[in-house]
Amino acid sequence: MTGEVSALAVVIFVFFVAITLGISVRLGGRARSSQGYFTAHGQIPWFVNGVAFAGDYLSAASFLGICGMIAFYGYDGFLYSIGYLAGWIVALFVIAEPMKRLGKFTFADALDAKFQSRAIKLVVGISTLVISLFYLIPQMVGAGALIQPLLGFDHWVGVLIVGATVILIVVSAGMVSTTYVQFLKGALLVVFSGVLVAMLLVRGLKTADGGLDGYVFQELGPVDVEHLHDAFEKTPLSDAEILPSDGPWKSLPFVRVRRDGQTHYFYQQPVAPLADASNSIPSQGGTGARVMLYEAQSLVKGVDGSFAVNGQQVTTKPARYLHPVGYVTELPHGATSTGRLNPLTFLSTIQQSEIAIVSNSIVREVDGTTTTIYYPRPTSGSQILLPGGYFQGMRSKSIADKLNFLSLMLALFCGTASLPHILIRYYTVKDAASARKSTIVGIASIGTFYIFTLYLGLGAMTSGALDPTDTNMAAPLLAKSISPWLFAVISAIAFTTVLGTVSGLILAASGAVTHDLLCGCLGIEMSDLHKVRIAKLTSVVVGAIAVGLGILFKEMNVSYLVGWAFSIAASSNLPALVMLLFWSGTTWQGIVASSAMGMLASLGWILVSAETFSKIYGLPATDAWVPFSQPGIVTIPLSFATLVLVSWMTQKSTK
Amino acid sequence: MSTNTLLGLRLFFFYSLLYLGFMFLCTFQPQVLEWCPVAGINLAIWYGFGLIVSAVVMAFVYGWMCRSEEVAHEPSPRRSA
Repeated sequence: MTGEVSALAVVIFVFFVAITLGISVRLGGRARSSQGYFTAHGQIPWFVNGVAFAGDYLSAASFLGICGMIAFYGYDGFLYSIGYLAGWIVALFVIAEPMKRLGKFTFADALDAKFQSRAIKLVVGISTLVISLFYLIPQMVGAGALIQPLLGFDHWVGVLIVGATVILIVVSAGMVSTTYVQFLKGALLVVFSGVLVAMLLVRGLKTADGGLDGYVFQELGPVDVEHLHDAFEKTPLSDAEILPSDGPWKSLPFVRVRRDGQTHYFYQQPVAPLADASNSIPSQGGTGARVMLYEAQSLVKGVDGSFAVNGQQVTTKPARYLHPVGYVTELPHGATSTGRLNPLTFLSTIQQSEIAIVSNSIVREVDGTTTTIYYPRPTSGSQILLPGGYFQGMRSKSIADKLNFLSLMLALFCGTASLPHILIRYYTVKDAASARKSTIVGIASIGTFYIFTLYLGLGAMTSGALDPTDTNMAAPLLAKSISPWLFAVISAIAFTTVLGTVSGLILAASGAVTHDLLCGCLGIEMSDLHKVRIAKLTSVVVGAIAVGLGILFKEMNVSYLVGWAFSIAASSNLPALVMLLFWSGTTWQGIVASSAMGMLASLGWILVSAETFSKIYGLPATDAWVPFSQPGIVTIPLSFATLVLVSWMTQKSTK
Repeated sequence: MSTNTLLGLRLFFFYSLLYLGFMFLCTFQPQVLEWCPVAGINLAIWYGFGLIVSAVVMAFVYGWMCRSEEVAHEPSPRRSA
């Protein structure tokens, strides 16, 4: 069974939270002025700032989301690692030094340095708030997902604990405490991820027929699709009734078998050639095709809110009653165990193996019952290590699907250098050279971590420890499969991962409200002390909103919402900043129009996209108004074009 | 445009080409990524690692070259004395 609470994990978790709060209280005296609160007086050493970049950037999406995506879908999760790191190239080569030279407290400062325009402060302040909130939601959802298996609390309790802790960190010492919490978290995350990868390589790979709880999943066949009964001949289900594939089950690759009032589910896969899930199952019309049957798990939710897991009624937390999954079914040359591997032989062995990766399918019955089937899908390693497992559109001939993928990768490339909580970190060091050096340290730390993600994800995929209901818990569960103390440490680090990123986001949002909107746009005069008080109050309000949204968006995938934040940031912020730096014809009107267009167009596109229709509104994806879900490939060029057009039209008035 | 900026833009352009090449292969020629050039590991993995490692290496190269420019611009202690 998955998700049992570990006392050791609780102790280490409390220890980590106590350390972060201790740092905040100790550094509280350094943030009494607005310079101290927003930028730590620009006195953070460049190396500390560089590692804090990693702590700020490697969010729940990076650690939990990417590892989970690799564990469940293979190579495609690694595409996020590649895209997230590539974005730092834009940050270092194009943005870092000018940002430090132009700005003071916030990103709007840099854009407004030449023009002193209230309109720029207003638009950029609002876009900073929107991006920060979009980025905050997945962090809070990730915190809730972590706290459930770690402490046994409900999701909302986890979100509340993170919210309260982060508000304390930010309110006590602003950027000073946030920086040192991020430094600590960044360093711990990279070091312990490395330890986990090393232990994984020492353990090597071995074959199994089930997860770590010892439950053996039945594997039946091969059998002719016209004589499925033959598969059950020598099993306890020999006298069971095979249910017809009708209603919502029609054309799904499952065989349902009923005995003693209990339904058992099997996933059927064609025998040859070895296929992935996109292959169709031969019809039962007499083709003579042969299939293998793999035992699946089921979670049935009744219309009255009751749950049944694998046929047994359960009262609470049904996911706990599912068996852990994800294991190697075949190693090269018929071996059952590899022993110690090195980083290259680990990957080449995976490539030549067959792995039962975890898939699920949700079926809604006519009476309102929802059945989720979690099934092992034996897949060749060579397929797993190629792109297309998650972004299946890449392998299709549809231009819209291909554009969707390219659009996401463009947003990741352009988005990093536009994220407000990353940009404000350029003001915490003393000069442009320190900004550059800290970015280099950040790239080295983040790059090292992203190399580890491939091993962590593949390790989780083959660990036998995966919770089939939760993609976000892959990395901590991999640690659990190696050692309980490592699970405790990794879970606590994952939790501080959320703390570090959320602190930075709340600080960016409070700076946008206080410095850009209240002082810059509305022109409210404030004393330094008053400014810090307002910023702290704003942090509490933004933190409270983030808690509410984190509870509301509980079901959303962590990586998915981060993709939105990147798209909005890349469309709204990057074109304005790049053009300001490299085109002397840029006017303040152009910057305002470009930022507003980028923000509204990307936000609007997301709201009418297929993914939002299906995942948020619960409407058919085919009803979406736009041909693909990721907006960047349209809205980033649109934002550039708007700036050029409006600047050209307003050249005379500006002069 | 300063030498640092020019260097940054050149490196940015070079990396963008590498990144675009990867995107092109993933989207339009995915079968090329199945090829295993060395150590029994396919091109998809090598290219992905290559993009990450080259970003780190280029960052260090940029940092090193920018620093030498700063040193060149610093006034000599003897002259200023």
